[in-house]
Amino acid sequence: MTDQDGPQYQQLLARKVEVVNVGLEGFVKDLRDCGIDVVHVDWKPSAGGDPQMAALLAKLGV
Amino acid sequence: MNVVVLNEVRKGFYLDSVALMRLSREVAGSPGVIEAALMMGTPSNAAIMRNAGLLEEGTAVKGNDLVIAVKAESETAAREALDNAIKSLDKPKSQGEAQSAWRPHSIAAAVKNRPEINLALISVPGEFAAAEARKALNRGLHVLMFSDNVSLEDELSLKQQARAAGLLMMGPDCGTAVIGGAPLAFANKLMRGRIGIVGASGTGTQEVSCLISEAGAGISHAIGVGGRDLKKDIGGITTLMAIDAFDSDPETDHVVLISKPPHPDVAKSVLQRIGKSKKSFTVCFIGASEVELPPNARFSPTLKGAAELALGHQKIGAGFDANAVASRIPRNGRGGIEGLFAGGTLCAEAQVILAAAGRKVASNAAIPGVLKLGVEPNDGRDRLIDLGDDEYTRGRPHPMIDPSVRDEALRAALKNRDLSVVLLDLVLGYGAHADPAEHLTRIVADRGRDAPALIASVVGTEQDPQGRSAQVRKLEQAGILVAPSNAQACELAVAIVQNAGR
Repeated sequence: MTDQDGPQYQQLLARKVEVVNVGLEGFVKDLRDCGIDVVHVDWKPSAGGDPQMAALLAKLGV
Repeated sequence: MNVVVLNEVRKGFYLDSVALMRLSREVAGSPGVIEAALMMGTPSNAAIMRNAGLLEEGTAVKGNDLVIAVKAESETAAREALDNAIKSLDKPKSQGEAQSAWRPHSIAAAVKNRPEINLALISVPGEFAAAEARKALNRGLHVLMFSDNVSLEDELSLKQQARAAGLLMMGPDCGTAVIGGAPLAFANKLMRGRIGIVGASGTGTQEVSCLISEAGAGISHAIGVGGRDLKKDIGGITTLMAIDAFDSDPETDHVVLISKPPHPDVAKSVLQRIGKSKKSFTVCFIGASEVELPPNARFSPTLKGAAELALGHQKIGAGFDANAVASRIPRNGRGGIEGLFAGGTLCAEAQVILAAAGRKVASNAAIPGVLKLGVEPNDGRDRLIDLGDDEYTRGRPHPMIDPSVRDEALRAALKNRDLSVVLLDLVLGYGAHADPAEHLTRIVADRGRDAPALIASVVGTEQDPQGRSAQVRKLEQAGILVAPSNAQACELAVAIVQNAGR
């Protein structure tokens, strides 16, 4: 995950931030007001609302 | 009185916690309603509602259900409140709320369509936050996790995954960050400049960044790491990566590191890393005694001190003289101080300053050397309360979003004749309440002439949506003393209570 410019986390400070927002919708307006591109996810708890199953599915990459 | 509880469960219906708070308040204000809650039916929320007697016998809920629960004085009152809540939920969204912008249903769909996305801001309920963070990391995104109530095991595994992928995992419980001018979660509108911040403390980062910005310097970036990053279990994974990032950032000359005192092993590795840096550092471990630092670092145990070091010894609020102000304030009460803080680190800084002034202090979020409230009798000590602590925020938004969390304790403090001073903080910025000064002044408007003195500090900048000076003016018009910083508010509190016998 590294390239000639160094690892991605070092490049984050030099590049434009573009955001995917998952959760509180109020954050979207704040970011847009500052000229930041943001996509808001229409989120609902996955796995029928079962947190343990949701965690397992995420680990499996589903 | 015949108490009636009614529930409505909406299957597969999600609303965020701020929207739920707004609706809960509407329902709770209906005639005849004793208590009401609108919550997602996560296991922890279901427990809260069950303990409050708000769930009907036999009501089964799941994490993706929205639960409306009403406790009222009569069946009619309960039914009417419930019907009104349902109507509000079903009300079509206004054009502004609906926003014509595209809304994908998952992080994967968002990234597929917008490959430029490089950061996920996650603020879903804690039970689901780790899963969403993992999805983001799997797709090569940096993460800022605002959510709390995430296990230490999940935090460690997410940070290890992030480090292996060269990604920054900020949080969980990361209240603020500013990357390239982007305000992430609670953040202030800051002047851009050449001072960077690595913060394991949200309100600590906000106080230091605002003091620096208002003093005319500026911030390059503020990277949040989450409150537990410098604990032994996590080992400072994100802090060390953030220092790396600042080391190679040409826009940053100086870095401020803000945290509660870390585990000694973690402190050692972080300070060793700082020693290898090309940049100069201010290290602020709130309440720690002097630590052994490399030559390129200076130490401050307070936030104000850290801001002053980063500014090259420029004084914050140089014209403010606590003793001179105190000499003009009549001392009511019997000499006690109570602090009611929205900001956890502001509460910690207050403990440092009051203890250093020789006050006996107790707190629900006690720093080393301070008595933990509730463990043994308070014994007439000054009480400094962190209202953002779990015991006050379980199932409801943080006091920075919903300042009414403070109301009950504040009303009680105003009538407590043991107290001479009540210390308060207002935190402005993106994500915070739109007008916390207005809320506060309404609560204190009818206080008696013999009420304790009210001293506030306002964390924010002139450019914030609320405007710092407008908030200060409202407080001052209501007779509240406003200090230039939290530290100076504490110094003024001490000066007032020491004016005994005048």
